[in-house]
Amino acid sequence: MSQFTSYIKTFALWDLWRGLGVTLRQFFKKGVTLEYPDEKTPQSHRFRGLHALRRYPNGEERCIACKLCEAVCPALAITIESEVADDGTRRTSRYDIDLFKCIYCGFCEEACPVDAIVETRIHEYHMETPGENIMTKDKLLAVGDKYDAMISADKAADAKYR
Amino acid sequence: MLDFLASLIPVFVMDLWNALPPLVQYLSTTVFKILLVTIAIILIVAFSTYFERKVIGRMQARVGPNRVGPLGLGQPFADVIKLLIKEVLVPSQSSNFLFVIAPLLSLIPALATWAVIPLNDWYVIADINAGLLYVLALTSIGVYGVILAGWATNSKYALLGAMRSAAQIVAYEIAMGFALVGVLMASGSLNIGDIVRAQNGGFSQWFLIPLLPLFVVYWISGVAETNRAPFDVAEGESEIVAGFHVEYSGVAFALFFLAEYANMVLISTLTAIFFLGGWASPFEGWTFLNDIVWLAWLSAGGLHWLFIKMCIFMYTFFWFRATFPRYRYDQIMRLGWKIFIPVTIIWIAVEGAMAWFQVGPWSGLGA
Repeated sequence: MSQFTSYIKTFALWDLWRGLGVTLRQFFKKGVTLEYPDEKTPQSHRFRGLHALRRYPNGEERCIACKLCEAVCPALAITIESEVADDGTRRTSRYDIDLFKCIYCGFCEEACPVDAIVETRIHEYHMETPGENIMTKDKLLAVGDKYDAMISADKAADAKYR
Repeated sequence: MLDFLASLIPVFVMDLWNALPPLVQYLSTTVFKILLVTIAIILIVAFSTYFERKVIGRMQARVGPNRVGPLGLGQPFADVIKLLIKEVLVPSQSSNFLFVIAPLLSLIPALATWAVIPLNDWYVIADINAGLLYVLALTSIGVYGVILAGWATNSKYALLGAMRSAAQIVAYEIAMGFALVGVLMASGSLNIGDIVRAQNGGFSQWFLIPLLPLFVVYWISGVAETNRAPFDVAEGESEIVAGFHVEYSGVAFALFFLAEYANMVLISTLTAIFFLGGWASPFEGWTFLNDIVWLAWLSAGGLHWLFIKMCIFMYTFFWFRATFPRYRYDQIMRLGWKIFIPVTIIWIAVEGAMAWFQVGPWSGLGA
């Protein structure tokens, strides 16, 4: 008997119809595609993108060259050299992040005692020549200055969870 | 309609036309008809590539082309221009003459078959009595393009693809031929126009009903003949790169592409003609439709019905491609030789017996 029903099913193309049914249902479903350059997905304020170095409101660099970020970085992407500045404080003379090595884990941001290094929401950037992947101290500070409002707002939004 | 169009032409043009010798008149009208059909097919092919990508995209939860022009409708033209300005590479170890002529050999039969296909009651380029034989002959010739392409390329992938395609087409040609014997028995004519006229009188008169198994066999064999998924072992990307057209590029590749899609359109139209009543309307005889002005086209037969039926089958081609994984090669051979051919032979016998004893839907066939 079971052999008989299996014959019937074979000649009625039963399994093929079921497969066709799956694709047909999919055909009439509403699409889920976001057309990226025109439409964008919402972003979390915790998004970990391009790095930035921040300043205090009076213009003083936050970074005190404690090298905790360099120590915690699992990809060894951060290189720091320090010196004594003119006013006798400890400052970085070099702060490089290799974006090719960086895995955007956010540990540097968590390790920083003065909230100097942060990862911003910026994720649409590119490099055109070799060497541009090294974010020097000047470039990091420039990013921090340019997007200061956004970084502060994101930090404030996240403050109550820290 | 024709009379109305004729009345628009100025009188002196008609006089000039009537002054021409009959042979010139005949030749120029035929050339005009051929041009009309060819251009229409090329346009249908262009847009069916677009619709294929859209349909398969929807079925795979993607969007499909939507950047060129509104809704991406400019995509086929962008593709054509891209292919036309690309270089045609000829492999140095290939047989140059055959390599160049193979795409033409696969395209020409696909277009030439349209000569005997009636688009409506009066529009057919050559109304010949052996139309069905002509169709069978020309669809078989198409395989030469594929074999020569595979052979001339002098590459093992191309040769493998060509051999697979040849064996497959030979296997399914037989099942297709037998399915058409059933149609021939039902209509009692080899003239394709007469085959359609035998199915006049609405949905119940279509050969689909008494010949259902033959319809299924014919349609599946048609998919196999055109080397489309799930029977696309001839170009199986995952095994032999692209099969017989690995080394083709630019215009030569475009011709193969055109031939494949022209064959798909052809098989869709033929299936509609043989089993779904061609240009005949399924609602023929529903007189109340004639009273409603904007629904009158539903009960009237004509090109629009043939086009709608063709589109349904084209959609099915794309639907199959989105649904079924590729057959293994021995499974294709088993299906063709050990299932389709016996099924068609048995059904021809059943059809003959039923028509002889005038049973149910078979009564009146072959009149």
